[in-house]
Amino acid sequence: MTIRRMAALAAALTTLTFGPTAYAQSAPTEIKIATEGAYAPWNFTNAKGELDGLEIELANDLCARMKIKCTIVAQDWDGLIPSLTVGKFDVIMAGMFITPKRLETIDFTQPYAVDPGGFAVAKDSELGKLGLSTERFDMSKEAEATTAIEKLKPMLKGKIVGVQAATTMLDFVKKYFGDTVEVREYKTTEQHDLDLAAGRIDAIFAQQTALAATLTKPEFGDYTVAGPGFVGGLFGMGTGAGLRKEDTKLKDMLNAAIDAAIADGTIKRISEKWVGTDVTPVK
Amino acid sequence: MIDVGFFLEIVPQLLSGVPLTLKLAGTSILLGFALALLLALAQQGEHRLVVWPIRTFVAVFRGTPLLVQIFLIYYGLGQFRPSLQAIGLWGLFREPYWCAILALTLNTAAYGSEILRGAIRNVPRGLGEAAQALGMTRLLTLRLVILPIALRQAIPAYGNEIILMVKGTSLASIVTLLEVTGIARNLISESYRAIEVFLAAGTIYLFLNFLIVRALAHLEVRMTPYRSRS
Repeated sequence: MTIRRMAALAAALTTLTFGPTAYAQSAPTEIKIATEGAYAPWNFTNAKGELDGLEIELANDLCARMKIKCTIVAQDWDGLIPSLTVGKFDVIMAGMFITPKRLETIDFTQPYAVDPGGFAVAKDSELGKLGLSTERFDMSKEAEATTAIEKLKPMLKGKIVGVQAATTMLDFVKKYFGDTVEVREYKTTEQHDLDLAAGRIDAIFAQQTALAATLTKPEFGDYTVAGPGFVGGLFGMGTGAGLRKEDTKLKDMLNAAIDAAIADGTIKRISEKWVGTDVTPVK
Repeated sequence: MIDVGFFLEIVPQLLSGVPLTLKLAGTSILLGFALALLLALAQQGEHRLVVWPIRTFVAVFRGTPLLVQIFLIYYGLGQFRPSLQAIGLWGLFREPYWCAILALTLNTAAYGSEILRGAIRNVPRGLGEAAQALGMTRLLTLRLVILPIALRQAIPAYGNEIILMVKGTSLASIVTLLEVTGIARNLISESYRAIEVFLAAGTIYLFLNFLIVRALAHLEVRMTPYRSRS
Protein backbone atom coordinates (compact mmCIF):
# COMPACT_ATOMS: atom_id res chain seq x y z
CA MET A 1 0.00 0.00 0.00
CA THR A 2 1.42 3.35 -0.93
CA ILE A 3 1.63 6.14 1.58
CA ARG A 4 -0.86 8.12 -0.47
CA ARG A 5 -3.39 5.30 -0.27
CA MET A 6 -2.78 4.80 3.43
CA ALA A 7 -3.37 8.47 4.04
CA ALA A 8 -6.55 8.35 1.97
CA LEU A 9 -7.73 5.37 4.00
CA ALA A 10 -6.92 7.13 7.25
CA ALA A 11 -8.85 10.16 6.09
CA ALA A 12 -11.80 8.00 5.06
CA LEU A 13 -11.80 6.26 8.45
CA THR A 14 -11.70 9.61 10.23
CA THR A 15 -14.70 10.82 8.29
CA LEU A 16 -16.57 7.57 8.98
CA THR A 17 -15.91 7.71 12.70
CA PHE A 18 -16.38 11.36 13.39
CA GLY A 19 -18.65 12.19 10.45
CA PRO A 20 -19.47 15.86 10.10
CA THR A 21 -22.68 16.79 11.82
CA ALA A 22 -23.59 19.77 9.70
CA TYR A 23 -22.04 19.81 6.31
CA ALA A 24 -24.76 20.72 3.90
CA GLN A 25 -25.56 24.16 2.63
CA SER A 26 -29.14 23.99 3.85
CA ALA A 27 -29.64 25.76 7.18
CA PRO A 28 -28.35 23.47 9.94
CA THR A 29 -30.78 22.52 12.69
CA GLU A 30 -28.24 21.11 15.06
CA ILE A 31 -24.59 22.07 15.57
CA LYS A 32 -21.71 21.11 17.78
CA ILE A 33 -19.66 23.95 19.28
CA ALA A 34 -16.16 23.27 20.60
CA THR A 35 -14.38 25.26 23.27
CA GLU A 36 -11.15 24.71 25.18
CA GLY A 37 -12.60 24.63 28.68
CA ALA A 38 -9.35 25.85 30.25
CA TYR A 39 -9.40 29.61 29.69
CA ALA A 40 -11.27 31.19 32.55
CA PRO A 41 -13.29 33.35 32.52
CA TRP A 42 -13.90 32.94 28.78
CA ASN A 43 -14.44 29.20 28.89
CA PHE A 44 -13.60 26.78 31.68
CA THR A 45 -14.82 23.75 33.57
CA ASN A 46 -16.56 24.77 36.78
CA ALA A 47 -16.56 23.03 40.16
CA LYS A 48 -19.48 20.86 39.05
CA GLY A 49 -17.46 19.64 36.08
CA GLU A 50 -19.60 21.55 33.58
CA LEU A 51 -18.37 23.93 30.90
CA ASP A 52 -18.98 27.49 31.96
CA GLY A 53 -17.88 31.05 31.20
CA LEU A 54 -18.49 34.03 28.95
CA GLU A 55 -18.33 32.07 25.71
CA ILE A 56 -20.53 29.25 26.99
CA GLU A 57 -23.24 31.73 27.99
CA LEU A 58 -22.83 33.59 24.71
CA ALA A 59 -22.96 30.36 22.68
CA ASN A 60 -26.22 29.36 24.36
CA ASP A 61 -27.61 32.83 23.72
CA LEU A 62 -26.64 32.75 20.03
CA CYS A 63 -28.14 29.27 19.60
CA ALA A 64 -31.39 30.44 21.15
CA ARG A 65 -31.45 33.34 18.68
CA MET A 66 -30.78 31.01 15.74
CA LYS A 67 -33.36 28.54 17.12
CA ILE A 68 -31.11 25.55 16.65
CA LYS A 69 -29.95 22.84 18.99
CA CYS A 70 -26.35 23.18 20.17
CA THR A 71 -24.06 20.83 21.97
CA ILE A 72 -20.92 22.31 23.52
CA VAL A 73 -17.84 20.11 23.80
CA ALA A 74 -14.32 20.65 25.14
CA GLN A 75 -11.24 19.98 23.03
CA ASP A 76 -7.52 20.64 23.55
CA TRP A 77 -6.52 24.06 22.23
CA ASP A 78 -3.94 22.85 19.72
CA GLY A 79 -6.38 20.33 18.25
CA LEU A 80 -9.24 22.78 17.72
CA ILE A 81 -8.59 23.85 14.14
CA PRO A 82 -7.52 20.41 12.81
CA SER A 83 -10.61 18.83 14.42
CA LEU A 84 -12.87 21.50 12.96
CA THR A 85 -11.56 20.91 9.45
CA VAL A 86 -12.11 17.13 9.65
CA GLY A 87 -15.65 17.74 10.90
CA LYS A 88 -15.55 16.61 14.53
CA PHE A 89 -17.60 19.70 15.34
CA ASP A 90 -18.92 22.75 13.48
CA VAL A 91 -17.99 25.89 15.39
CA ILE A 92 -15.07 27.00 17.59
CA MET A 93 -15.76 29.48 20.37
CA ALA A 94 -12.61 29.39 22.44
CA GLY A 95 -11.25 32.90 22.81
CA MET A 96 -9.77 32.48 19.36
CA PHE A 97 -8.54 35.61 17.61
CA ILE A 98 -9.39 36.18 13.98
CA THR A 99 -5.98 36.31 12.32
CA PRO A 100 -4.93 36.24 8.66
CA LYS A 101 -3.00 33.01 9.26
CA ARG A 102 -6.03 31.20 10.67
CA LEU A 103 -8.20 32.61 7.88
CA GLU A 104 -6.09 30.65 5.40
CA THR A 105 -7.44 27.43 6.90
CA ILE A 106 -10.83 28.25 8.38
CA ASP A 107 -13.38 31.03 8.28
CA PHE A 108 -14.60 33.25 11.11
CA THR A 109 -17.75 35.12 12.00
CA GLN A 110 -17.47 38.82 12.78
CA PRO A 111 -15.77 39.38 16.15
CA TYR A 112 -17.94 39.08 19.25
CA ALA A 113 -15.28 40.49 21.58
CA VAL A 114 -12.12 42.59 21.49
CA ASP A 115 -9.78 42.14 24.41
CA PRO A 116 -6.14 43.29 24.59
CA GLY A 117 -3.16 41.08 25.39
CA GLY A 118 -0.91 42.03 28.30
CA PHE A 119 1.67 40.89 30.83
CA ALA A 120 1.25 39.63 34.39
CA VAL A 121 4.31 39.86 36.64
CA ALA A 122 5.31 39.92 40.32
CA LYS A 123 4.26 43.13 42.08
CA ASP A 124 7.80 43.84 43.25
CA SER A 125 9.36 43.47 39.78
CA GLU A 126 10.32 46.53 37.77
CA LEU A 127 7.34 46.18 35.45
CA GLY A 128 5.06 45.23 38.34
CA LYS A 129 5.83 48.49 40.14
CA LEU A 130 4.54 50.38 37.11
CA GLY A 131 1.18 48.74 37.57
CA LEU A 132 -1.55 48.40 34.98
CA SER A 133 -1.83 51.20 32.50
CA THR A 134 -5.10 51.71 30.72
CA GLU A 135 -3.23 52.47 27.50
CA ARG A 136 -4.07 50.32 24.51
CA PHE A 137 -1.72 50.11 21.58
CA ASP A 138 -2.94 49.19 18.16
CA MET A 139 -0.25 46.98 16.63
CA SER A 140 -1.30 47.99 13.14
CA LYS A 141 -0.05 51.52 13.95
CA GLU A 142 3.59 50.54 13.76
CA ALA A 143 5.36 53.66 15.09
CA GLU A 144 3.32 54.14 18.21
CA ALA A 145 3.32 50.43 19.06
CA THR A 146 7.08 50.11 18.61
CA THR A 147 7.70 52.94 21.07
CA ALA A 148 5.56 51.17 23.65
CA ILE A 149 7.40 47.90 23.13
CA GLU A 150 10.85 49.51 23.33
CA LYS A 151 9.81 51.02 26.66
CA LEU A 152 8.88 47.59 28.01
CA LYS A 153 11.95 45.75 26.74
CA PRO A 154 14.54 46.88 29.35
CA MET A 155 12.15 45.85 32.13
CA LEU A 156 11.79 42.35 30.73
CA LYS A 157 15.36 41.76 29.62
CA GLY A 158 16.50 38.18 30.36
CA LYS A 159 13.20 37.24 32.01
CA ILE A 160 11.37 34.00 31.31
CA VAL A 161 7.92 34.59 29.84
CA GLY A 162 5.27 31.84 29.73
CA VAL A 163 2.80 31.83 26.84
CA GLN A 164 0.28 29.32 25.58
CA ALA A 165 1.58 27.43 22.54
CA ALA A 166 -0.06 27.92 19.14
CA THR A 167 -1.66 31.22 20.12
CA THR A 168 -1.52 34.75 18.76
CA MET A 169 -0.06 35.67 22.16
CA LEU A 170 2.93 33.45 21.43
CA ASP A 171 3.39 34.94 17.95
CA PHE A 172 3.32 38.40 19.51
CA VAL A 173 5.88 37.67 22.25
CA LYS A 174 8.18 35.89 19.80
CA LYS A 175 8.00 38.66 17.23
CA TYR A 176 8.40 41.68 19.50
CA PHE A 177 10.24 40.30 22.54
CA GLY A 178 11.97 37.23 21.07
CA ASP A 179 15.43 38.83 21.34
CA THR A 180 14.83 40.13 24.87
CA VAL A 181 13.16 37.35 26.84
CA GLU A 182 13.27 33.56 27.08
CA VAL A 183 9.95 32.22 25.84
CA ARG A 184 8.49 29.09 27.39
CA GLU A 185 5.49 27.46 25.72
CA TYR A 186 2.61 25.85 27.60
CA LYS A 187 -0.26 23.68 26.47
CA THR A 188 -2.85 25.58 28.54
CA THR A 189 -2.89 28.97 30.25
CA GLU A 190 -3.65 27.22 33.56
CA GLN A 191 -0.23 25.58 33.31
CA HIS A 192 1.66 28.84 32.85
CA ASP A 193 -0.35 30.33 35.71
CA LEU A 194 0.86 27.50 37.97
CA ASP A 195 4.46 28.03 36.91
CA LEU A 196 4.21 31.78 37.54
CA ALA A 197 2.95 31.09 41.07
CA ALA A 198 5.72 28.50 41.53
CA GLY A 199 8.32 31.07 40.49
CA ARG A 200 9.60 29.06 37.53
CA ILE A 201 8.82 31.93 35.18
CA ASP A 202 8.91 35.69 35.66
CA ALA A 203 5.96 36.78 33.56
CA ILE A 204 3.02 35.49 31.56
CA PHE A 205 1.45 37.05 28.50
CA ALA A 206 -2.25 36.48 27.77
CA GLN A 207 -5.52 38.32 27.29
CA GLN A 208 -5.79 40.92 30.04
CA THR A 209 -9.24 39.72 31.12
CA ALA A 210 -8.00 36.15 31.53
CA LEU A 211 -4.98 37.40 33.50
CA ALA A 212 -7.21 39.49 35.76
CA ALA A 213 -9.36 36.43 36.49
CA THR A 214 -6.29 34.32 37.30
CA LEU A 215 -4.90 36.94 39.65
CA THR A 216 -8.01 36.90 41.83
CA LYS A 217 -6.94 33.46 43.13
CA PRO A 218 -5.22 33.58 46.55
CA GLU A 219 -1.87 32.15 45.43
CA PHE A 220 -1.45 35.08 43.03
CA GLY A 221 -1.59 37.76 45.74
CA ASP A 222 1.95 38.93 44.89
CA TYR A 223 1.27 39.28 41.17
CA THR A 224 -0.36 41.94 39.04
CA VAL A 225 -1.34 42.72 35.46
CA ALA A 226 1.12 45.39 34.36
CA GLY A 227 1.92 47.61 31.41
CA PRO A 228 -0.28 48.53 28.48
CA GLY A 229 -2.63 46.34 26.47
CA PHE A 230 -2.02 45.38 22.85
CA VAL A 231 -4.67 44.98 20.14
CA GLY A 232 -4.84 44.89 16.34
CA GLY A 233 -2.02 43.90 14.00
CA LEU A 234 -0.99 40.33 14.82
CA PHE A 235 -4.00 40.08 17.11
CA GLY A 236 -6.27 40.45 14.13
CA MET A 237 -9.78 41.77 14.41
CA GLY A 238 -10.69 40.37 17.79
CA THR A 239 -12.28 37.16 19.05
CA GLY A 240 -14.66 35.41 16.69
CA ALA A 241 -16.32 32.06 16.17
CA GLY A 242 -14.36 29.76 13.83
CA LEU A 243 -16.10 27.60 11.27
CA ARG A 244 -15.36 25.67 8.09
CA LYS A 245 -15.08 27.76 4.96
CA GLU A 246 -17.88 25.87 3.19
CA ASP A 247 -20.43 26.46 5.95
CA THR A 248 -21.49 29.85 4.60
CA LYS A 249 -25.09 29.44 5.64
CA LEU A 250 -24.09 28.82 9.25
CA LYS A 251 -21.77 31.83 9.09
CA ASP A 252 -24.62 34.09 7.98
CA MET A 253 -26.82 32.78 10.78
CA LEU A 254 -24.12 33.30 13.42
CA ASN A 255 -23.27 36.79 12.14
CA ALA A 256 -26.93 37.80 12.35
CA ALA A 257 -27.17 36.40 15.87
CA ILE A 258 -23.99 38.23 16.96
CA ASP A 259 -25.35 41.47 15.43
CA ALA A 260 -28.51 41.07 17.47
CA ALA A 261 -26.57 40.23 20.64
CA ILE A 262 -24.41 43.35 20.21
CA ALA A 263 -27.42 45.55 19.38
CA ASP A 264 -29.53 44.62 22.41
CA GLY A 265 -26.58 44.82 24.83
CA THR A 266 -26.42 41.10 25.57
CA ILE A 267 -22.68 40.89 24.90
CA LYS A 268 -22.05 43.93 27.11
CA ARG A 269 -24.11 42.36 29.91
CA ILE A 270 -22.49 38.91 29.64
CA SER A 271 -18.96 40.31 29.41
CA GLU A 272 -19.38 42.63 32.38
CA LYS A 273 -20.68 39.67 34.34
CA TRP A 274 -17.71 37.43 33.49
CA VAL A 275 -14.70 39.64 32.83
CA GLY A 276 -15.68 42.85 34.63
CA THR A 277 -15.30 45.08 31.56
CA ASP A 278 -17.20 45.59 28.34
CA VAL A 279 -15.43 43.74 25.52
CA THR A 280 -18.10 44.43 22.88
CA PRO A 281 -16.35 45.14 19.57
CA VAL A 282 -16.72 48.70 18.32
CA LYS A 283 -18.25 48.63 14.88
CA MET B 1 -2.67 14.81 0.00
CA ILE B 2 0.90 14.01 1.08
CA ASP B 3 3.19 16.82 -0.02
CA VAL B 4 6.88 15.95 -0.42
CA GLY B 5 8.01 19.58 -0.31
CA PHE B 6 6.28 20.04 3.01
CA PHE B 7 8.06 16.95 4.36
CA LEU B 8 11.44 18.34 3.37
CA GLU B 9 10.54 21.54 5.15
CA ILE B 10 9.51 19.98 8.46
CA VAL B 11 12.06 17.17 8.79
CA PRO B 12 15.05 19.45 9.62
CA GLN B 13 12.91 21.27 12.19
CA LEU B 14 11.90 17.98 13.79
CA LEU B 15 15.51 16.76 13.72
CA SER B 16 16.53 19.80 15.74
CA GLY B 17 14.62 18.20 18.62
CA VAL B 18 16.58 14.93 18.42
CA PRO B 19 19.51 16.07 20.65
CA LEU B 20 17.12 16.91 23.47
CA THR B 21 15.24 13.63 23.00
CA LEU B 22 18.53 11.73 23.16
CA LYS B 23 19.75 13.71 26.17
CA LEU B 24 16.54 13.02 28.06
CA ALA B 25 16.55 9.35 27.11
CA GLY B 26 20.29 8.82 27.62
CA THR B 27 20.54 10.49 31.00
CA SER B 28 17.45 8.85 32.42
CA ILE B 29 18.36 5.39 31.06
CA LEU B 30 21.88 5.56 32.57
CA LEU B 31 20.79 6.98 35.92
CA GLY B 32 17.80 4.64 35.92
CA PHE B 33 19.98 1.61 35.23
CA ALA B 34 22.32 2.46 38.10
CA LEU B 35 19.37 2.89 40.45
CA ALA B 36 17.67 -0.26 39.14
CA LEU B 37 20.81 -2.34 39.73
CA LEU B 38 21.10 -0.97 43.25
CA LEU B 39 17.46 -1.76 43.98
CA ALA B 40 17.70 -5.24 42.48
CA LEU B 41 20.81 -6.07 44.53
CA ALA B 42 19.34 -4.61 47.71
CA GLN B 43 16.41 -6.98 47.35
CA GLN B 44 18.70 -10.04 47.25
CA GLY B 45 19.29 -9.63 50.99
CA GLU B 46 15.58 -10.07 51.75
CA HIS B 47 15.65 -7.82 54.79
CA ARG B 48 12.09 -6.72 55.30
CA LEU B 49 13.03 -3.14 56.10
CA VAL B 50 14.92 -2.91 52.82
CA VAL B 51 12.65 -4.96 50.59
CA TRP B 52 9.29 -3.42 51.49
CA PRO B 53 10.14 0.21 50.76
CA ILE B 54 11.60 -0.88 47.42
CA ARG B 55 8.52 -2.96 46.58
CA THR B 56 6.30 0.01 47.44
CA PHE B 57 8.37 2.31 45.22
CA VAL B 58 8.20 -0.20 42.35
CA ALA B 59 4.46 -0.72 42.79
CA VAL B 60 3.78 3.03 42.77
CA PHE B 61 5.93 3.84 39.74
CA ARG B 62 4.83 0.83 37.71
CA GLY B 63 1.22 1.28 38.67
CA THR B 64 0.78 4.92 37.65
CA PRO B 65 1.11 6.46 34.18
CA LEU B 66 4.36 8.23 33.34
CA LEU B 67 2.30 11.25 32.27
CA VAL B 68 0.83 11.52 35.77
CA GLN B 69 4.30 11.15 37.31
CA ILE B 70 5.69 13.98 35.19
CA PHE B 71 2.72 16.20 36.07
CA LEU B 72 3.06 15.42 39.78
CA ILE B 73 6.78 16.07 39.87
CA TYR B 74 6.59 19.26 37.81
CA TYR B 75 3.34 20.99 38.78
CA GLY B 76 2.84 19.13 42.07
CA LEU B 77 6.25 19.88 43.56
CA GLY B 78 6.05 23.41 42.13
CA GLN B 79 3.50 24.17 44.83
CA PHE B 80 5.99 23.29 47.58
CA ARG B 81 8.51 25.90 46.53
CA PRO B 82 9.16 27.33 50.05
CA SER B 83 10.00 23.91 51.53
CA LEU B 84 12.10 22.95 48.51
CA GLN B 85 13.95 26.26 48.72
CA ALA B 86 14.57 25.62 52.41
CA ILE B 87 16.36 22.35 51.65
CA GLY B 88 18.16 23.80 48.64
CA LEU B 89 16.52 21.59 46.01
CA TRP B 90 14.45 24.26 44.28
CA GLY B 91 17.23 25.02 41.81
CA LEU B 92 16.75 21.50 40.50
CA PHE B 93 12.96 21.43 40.48
CA ARG B 94 12.72 24.89 38.97
CA GLU B 95 14.01 23.53 35.67
CA PRO B 96 11.58 21.54 33.53
CA TYR B 97 14.54 19.54 32.19
CA TRP B 98 15.51 18.12 35.58
CA CYS B 99 11.90 17.45 36.53
CA ALA B 100 11.51 15.40 33.36
CA ILE B 101 14.80 13.58 34.00
CA LEU B 102 13.71 12.76 37.55
CA ALA B 103 10.34 11.38 36.46
CA LEU B 104 11.82 9.34 33.60
CA THR B 105 14.64 8.02 35.80
CA LEU B 106 12.39 6.90 38.66
CA ASN B 107 9.98 5.32 36.20
CA THR B 108 12.62 3.32 34.33
CA ALA B 109 14.36 2.39 37.60
CA ALA B 110 11.12 0.79 38.84
CA TYR B 111 10.73 -1.35 35.73
CA GLY B 112 14.46 -2.00 35.38
CA SER B 113 14.86 -3.19 38.96
CA GLU B 114 12.25 -5.89 38.37
CA ILE B 115 13.96 -7.00 35.15
CA LEU B 116 17.35 -7.20 36.87
CA ARG B 117 15.94 -8.85 40.00
CA GLY B 118 14.47 -11.59 37.83
CA ALA B 119 17.66 -11.95 35.81
CA ILE B 120 19.79 -12.30 38.96
CA ARG B 121 17.36 -14.89 40.34
CA ASN B 122 17.62 -16.88 37.14
CA VAL B 123 21.37 -17.44 37.37
CA PRO B 124 21.69 -21.14 38.29
CA ARG B 125 22.41 -21.51 41.97
CA GLY B 126 25.17 -24.02 41.40
CA LEU B 127 27.35 -21.37 39.73
CA GLY B 128 27.35 -19.19 42.82
CA GLU B 129 27.94 -22.16 45.06
CA ALA B 130 30.85 -23.36 42.92
CA ALA B 131 32.44 -19.91 43.09
CA GLN B 132 32.16 -19.85 46.85
CA ALA B 133 33.58 -23.38 47.07
CA LEU B 134 36.61 -21.96 45.25
CA GLY B 135 36.98 -19.48 48.07
CA MET B 136 35.58 -16.38 46.34
CA THR B 137 33.96 -13.77 48.57
CA ARG B 138 30.28 -12.93 48.01
CA LEU B 139 31.21 -9.64 46.39
CA LEU B 140 33.69 -11.28 44.07
CA THR B 141 31.15 -13.99 43.15
CA LEU B 142 28.64 -11.28 42.35
CA ARG B 143 31.08 -9.33 40.23
CA LEU B 144 32.70 -12.17 38.33
CA VAL B 145 29.98 -14.81 38.09
CA ILE B 146 26.44 -13.72 38.88
CA LEU B 147 26.24 -10.23 37.33
CA PRO B 148 27.89 -11.00 33.96
CA ILE B 149 25.44 -13.83 33.40
CA ALA B 150 22.45 -11.96 34.79
CA LEU B 151 23.10 -8.80 32.77
CA ARG B 152 23.55 -10.75 29.58
CA GLN B 153 20.27 -12.60 30.15
CA ALA B 154 18.53 -9.31 30.89
CA ILE B 155 19.45 -7.64 27.60
CA PRO B 156 16.30 -8.54 25.60
CA ALA B 157 13.94 -7.47 28.38
CA TYR B 158 16.00 -4.42 29.26
CA GLY B 159 16.12 -3.50 25.58
CA ASN B 160 12.33 -3.26 25.67
CA GLU B 161 12.61 -0.87 28.57
CA ILE B 162 15.17 1.31 26.77
CA ILE B 163 12.92 1.57 23.73
CA LEU B 164 9.97 2.46 25.94
CA MET B 165 12.04 5.22 27.53
CA VAL B 166 13.01 6.72 24.18
CA LYS B 167 9.31 6.90 23.37
CA GLY B 168 8.54 8.06 26.91
CA THR B 169 10.58 11.22 26.37
CA SER B 170 7.78 12.41 24.09
CA LEU B 171 5.81 13.20 27.25
CA ALA B 172 8.42 15.80 28.25
CA SER B 173 6.75 18.18 25.80
CA ILE B 174 3.99 18.74 28.36
CA VAL B 175 6.44 20.46 30.69
CA THR B 176 7.51 22.96 28.02
CA LEU B 177 10.48 20.96 26.69
CA LEU B 178 10.67 21.17 22.92
CA GLU B 179 11.90 17.71 21.96
CA VAL B 180 10.76 15.94 18.79
CA THR B 181 7.10 15.61 19.83
CA GLY B 182 6.96 19.13 21.23
CA ILE B 183 8.24 20.52 17.96
CA ALA B 184 5.79 18.31 16.06
CA ARG B 185 2.88 19.75 18.06
CA ASN B 186 4.01 23.28 17.29
CA LEU B 187 4.40 22.50 13.61
CA ILE B 188 0.85 21.16 13.53
CA SER B 189 -0.52 24.23 15.20
CA GLU B 190 1.23 26.36 12.62
CA SER B 191 0.31 24.29 9.57
CA TYR B 192 -2.76 22.31 10.75
CA ARG B 193 -1.36 19.29 8.91
CA ALA B 194 -1.31 16.51 11.48
CA ILE B 195 -0.75 13.52 9.20
CA GLU B 196 2.51 14.66 7.59
CA VAL B 197 4.02 16.01 10.81
CA PHE B 198 3.23 12.97 12.95
CA LEU B 199 4.33 10.59 10.18
CA ALA B 200 7.68 12.37 10.05
CA ALA B 201 8.00 12.46 13.85
CA GLY B 202 7.07 8.78 14.07
CA THR B 203 9.70 7.93 11.49
CA ILE B 204 12.36 9.70 13.55
CA TYR B 205 11.49 7.65 16.65
CA LEU B 206 11.39 4.49 14.53
CA PHE B 207 14.86 5.21 13.21
CA LEU B 208 16.28 5.98 16.67
CA ASN B 209 14.84 2.77 18.07
CA PHE B 210 16.08 0.78 15.07
CA LEU B 211 19.62 1.91 15.92
CA ILE B 212 19.09 0.93 19.55
CA VAL B 213 17.78 -2.52 18.61
CA ARG B 214 20.84 -3.07 16.39
CA ALA B 215 23.22 -1.92 19.09
CA LEU B 216 21.61 -4.18 21.66
CA ALA B 217 21.71 -7.18 19.33
CA HIS B 218 25.39 -6.50 18.78
CA LEU B 219 25.98 -6.24 22.53
CA GLU B 220 24.13 -9.48 23.14
CA VAL B 221 26.28 -11.36 20.61
CA ARG B 222 29.45 -9.90 22.06
CA MET B 223 28.48 -10.93 25.57
CA THR B 224 27.52 -14.42 24.41
CA PRO B 225 30.45 -15.54 22.26
CA TYR B 226 29.53 -19.22 22.39
CA ARG B 227 25.95 -18.79 21.25
CA SER B 228 25.07 -16.40 18.44
CA ARG B 229 21.67 -14.75 18.46
CA SER B 230 19.17 -16.80 16.56
